[in-house]
Order: sequence, then structure tokens, then C-alpha cells
Amino acid sequence: MSDAKSLRVAYGEALVELGAQDDRVVVLDADLAHATMTSLFEAKFPDRFYNFGLAEANMMCAAAGFAHSGLLPFASTFALFGTGRAYEQIRNSIAYVNANVKFGLSHSGLSVGEDGGSHQSIEDIALMRVVPNMTIFVPCDPIETRKAVFAAAKIEGPVYIRVARPVVETITTPQTPFVPGKIVRLRDGTDVCILATGLMVKEALKAADLLASEGIRAAVADVHTLKPFDAEFVLEAARTCGRILTVEEHSVIGGLGSASAEVLAGASAAKFRRMGIGDKFGFSGKPADLFESFGLTAGDIARECKALLD
Amino acid sequence: MAHEPQDATARRIRRDILKMLYLCQSGHPGGSLSCVEILEGLYYRTMRVDPSRPGWEDRDRLVLSKGHACPALYAVLADLGFFPREDLWRLRQVDSHLQGHPDMTKTPGVDANTGSLGQGLSIAVGLALAAKHKKKDYRVFAVVGDGEVQEGMIWEAAMAAAHYKLDNLIVLLDHNGLQIDGPNDKVMGLGDIVGKFSAFGFDCEVVDGHDAQAVAEAAGRRADGKPRFIRCRTVKGRGVLFMEGNAGWHGKPMNAQEYEAAMKELGGADHV
Ligand SMILES: Cc1ncc(C[n+]2csc(CCOP(=O)(O)OP(=O)(O)O)c2C)c(N)n1
Ligand SMILES: [Mg+2]
Repeated sequence: MSDAKSLRVAYGEALVELGAQDDRVVVLDADLAHATMTSLFEAKFPDRFYNFGLAEANMMCAAAGFAHSGLLPFASTFALFGTGRAYEQIRNSIAYVNANVKFGLSHSGLSVGEDGGSHQSIEDIALMRVVPNMTIFVPCDPIETRKAVFAAAKIEGPVYIRVARPVVETITTPQTPFVPGKIVRLRDGTDVCILATGLMVKEALKAADLLASEGIRAAVADVHTLKPFDAEFVLEAARTCGRILTVEEHSVIGGLGSASAEVLAGASAAKFRRMGIGDKFGFSGKPADLFESFGLTAGDIARECKALLD
Repeated sequence: MAHEPQDATARRIRRDILKMLYLCQSGHPGGSLSCVEILEGLYYRTMRVDPSRPGWEDRDRLVLSKGHACPALYAVLADLGFFPREDLWRLRQVDSHLQGHPDMTKTPGVDANTGSLGQGLSIAVGLALAAKHKKKDYRVFAVVGDGEVQEGMIWEAAMAAAHYKLDNLIVLLDHNGLQIDGPNDKVMGLGDIVGKFSAFGFDCEVVDGHDAQAVAEAAGRRADGKPRFIRCRTVKGRGVLFMEGNAGWHGKPMNAQEYEAAMKELGGADHV
């Protein structure tokens, strides 16, 4: 399908749309409005936009202050600096009191590319997953990014929206359901179920095409909510396919692979494998080169599925 | 904005920066170009370093706290012979030792990993404290950005530097007035930045940050029992007219025409 767009542009546009409907919405950024695309909101609603400069920790606690005052703050910076530098601010000033703060954090994962390991957040899902009260959305395309923003606004409490940097083609449709905490089956199959999240959803669909040409029927599921996690779906997929593969642009520790393992352990005898970034840091390179280096291409996914079938 | 003459070293460094950034089509031209004479004043005229011994214990250290400007640091290190100049052309590629932000575990001559802004100055404080602890006489220079000093950590580091009387620590502010979202004054004004560092206990000075000799002289001075803060007045994108004073060139790749025009301005039509 067409309508390729960067997820951060989709995020910025969704904020503008939401802001027009709900005047509680205020947007905060930390000198990255032109990268996270909250600049779109700033242009439309300058009086509801606050730039905190390079001060992520200050911004997160200030967001809590806005929330305590009945407003609906969306705070943005890069995923690493939001979930990392401001981790404990999110934990204590926001999540601990279930403050109604949303953070759309961009430039997540390996796909930041050339900026290198210092900027590639490969642990942000793990950090946020372990915090009580947190909801985590990882959209796979521009349409889903918009839905995540609107869904976040309806949830009372902290929501992390993980926004990847690259331009992504549309995979879902406006009609595809987006229910927080409910995994979406994008493709049916009975031999193996690929649970994918974020940018890896598209690769998983390509992998399923590759496998289909060899007579292997792979189901593909879009895990747009990492928390709360859809245990029911994963157990059902384990029953029907007997083989589960998780794929994420994140460390294999603490993210989708771990969440799935936590559900399956002791409850299912299905064969299970995780794909993601091994226990190591990234480095500089073009995103496509990095996905190849880290074995996260459609071809790698297809190969791993076949290994599960052996 | 009119050009003042640059010396041959600064020109050479700037041409290398542009070539590196053009080849990889990513990275940060504005802040790299603004700190060229700061690094020149330090590495060529002030610091005790030996390119053949990057790990020499008694060397002076440099922490480029505004790590995104590392193309400038890499060009200087290559020019001094820390590694071959050809390496520069593989900046930010898979398998290159030149990462998008400085990596001491990969690049000879890099003294600290930076890139996450605000952290470098605290590392510099640790290096300077360790020098005192070990009764060594080497100095630690830290180059910080004016957007970067908005980070709370900078002020934690400043307080510690004065508390521990780190007169072996010299902080240089690349005061180009711009950050990503625009002028400092629009995003988060710094106020009287010299007054602030002075109130924190620093010995302060202001210099023309595009005068390598002035930078070197200021950086070489010592104030007994006090860390030093040097506000270097600079222009973001310095040396390339269409980039000068333009926040849009913080992190934008050049196209072929822009690259050619920039190189021509720096007298490098024949630069290979
Ligand atoms: C902790 C952190 N937050 C955000 C960024 C993203 N970022 C990179 S450069 C920059 C602006 C820096 O401005 P300044 O310090 O003035 O640098 P210069 O003008 O010298 O390039 C920002 C926000 C970062 N690298 N680290
Ligand atoms: Mg600046």
C-alpha cells in the first residue's frame, strides 16, 4: 500500500488533530521538536507548546505538574533520553502516582542508524515494561501511530509511544482494529506464528511471503501493545501453530521476546524462538546495513521460521 | 556576515569535516564548524599529547562533551597523526572506527564517550579528580555546547568542580547561540552564563572562539584552587556562508551543489 510516511510525522500530525479536539492537550519537548515533529503542534498551537531545552529530567517532572493540574501533557524527546536519562523521574513523579502523562519518544531502536550506539535505544521497552501502571504502544506504521496517540489520550495514566525514525509504508488500514492490549492478526497461518512489533511487522509479512512460496504457512501478528500484554492471544497461537517466533528491533532481553516467554513458560509446550538484538550495543551504519548485521531482515526471519519447523 | 581570515590549519580541518559529512550524508555540520579553532587552540598550541601514544598516562585529556561535533575532533586527530586520514572518509559506516558520536573504545585519541549531552563534563570532573588523586599534573579540557549547558547535570558537575578545587579542569563553552530548535534565547535562555559559572566558583574569561591563539592563551592560564570557564564567542557553521548562523544546518546533509560551493569557499576545489 502507499502513503509512506515517517512515524514521527504521523505522531506530530496526530497531536495536531487531537489538540484541535481536546484543549487539555499541551505538548512538551526538549530541543528536539524538529526531530520528534512536535514542531507541527507548536506551529498550530504555540500557546500550548513548551520547549524545555536540553533538560529531559526537568521536562518529565514538569509534565507531571501539568497532569496534576488537569491538563493532558504529551512530552517528547528521543527514546533513549526520555526512558533513559529521565527514567527515575518517569518512575517516581509519573508512574508511581499514575499521573496522566503521555510520552511519544522518537528515534527508537537500531533504525536511528548513523548516530550510533550512543543514540540507539535497544532497552527502552524493557525499562518501561518493568514500571507499574505503564502502558506501552509500539506502532508499526503511520496509521497505527495515529491510533496510538488517540488511544493514549483515552487511557488514564502514563503511556509510552515508541516512535521509530524511518519512513514506513502503510501496512494496516484505518479499519484495522486498535484495541490497547489486543494483538492484531494480520495474516493467517498454521505452521508457525510470527509475533512482531514496530518496524519488524513489515519484515515479518515479507518473511511470510517468502515462506508461502515454499509452502509454509506462517501467521503474522502485530503486537502494537507491549504492556498490558495479550497473553491470551499468545497462548492461542501456541496451541494452533505449535511454534512461536518473536521479532523486535530491541534487545532480546526485556521486550517482546521476554514478555512472550513469560507467558509461555510452564503454560505451553510450543517451540519458541526470539529474534532481536543480542545482548550487545549497536554501532553506526545505515539502518539497512545494521538490520543486516544484526540479522533482522525478512530473509533472516524466514530462515528462523524454518529452523523452528525442523 | 563577513569572513575573517582563517589560518591554513583551520581551513584544512574544515574541508575535512565537510568531506566526511558529505560522504556519509548524515551528521552535524554547524556545531562541528563552530568549534574548529577551539580544538585547534587546544590540540596544536596547548595540550600535551603524543599521537604515537594515545594511551600515554601523563597526557592532557580532552572531553568533547558536545559529542555530535566529533567530525571536528576526528579531523584534528587524523591531522595530528593519531590515525590515517583515509579513515575519515568512512565516518558513520558499518565497520568504521569513527562512530557517529565519539567512542574511546574504537578511536585512538578519543578520551571519553559522549553524545548524550550533559554527561561529558561530569566525566571530565572525574578525570580531573583522578589526576589530583594520583598526584599527576595533566590537565583536562572539556568543550561544552550552549544548548548542552541547559542540562541539569552540567550544574552538578560545575558544583563538584569548584568544591574539589579542580584547577586542572578547563571548561570551554562553544557559544554559537544556536541549538536544534533555534536560538538559545528562544528555546531556553542561558541568561548571564559567565555570571552563573562565576557564582558556582569558576575563574572566567571571554575570548573570540575563532581565534585559535586567543583560545590557547586562555586555556593555558591557571587559577589557583579554581576550575576555569572560558566563554568562546563563536558562529555556528563558521566558514561556510550559507551555514553561518543558521540553525537549520545543525544536522542536515549537504547535496552536491552545496558541497561544492562550501569547498570552494574554503579554497578546496582541489581537495581530495
Ligand atoms: C541528552 C541529549 N538530549 C538531546 C540530544 C539531541 N541533540 C543533539 S545536538 C542537540 C543540540 C545541541 O545544541 P548545542 O549544545 O548548542 O550544540 P552546538 O550548537 O554546538 O551544535 C540536541 C538537542 C542529545 N544528543 N543528548
Ligand atoms: Mg549551540
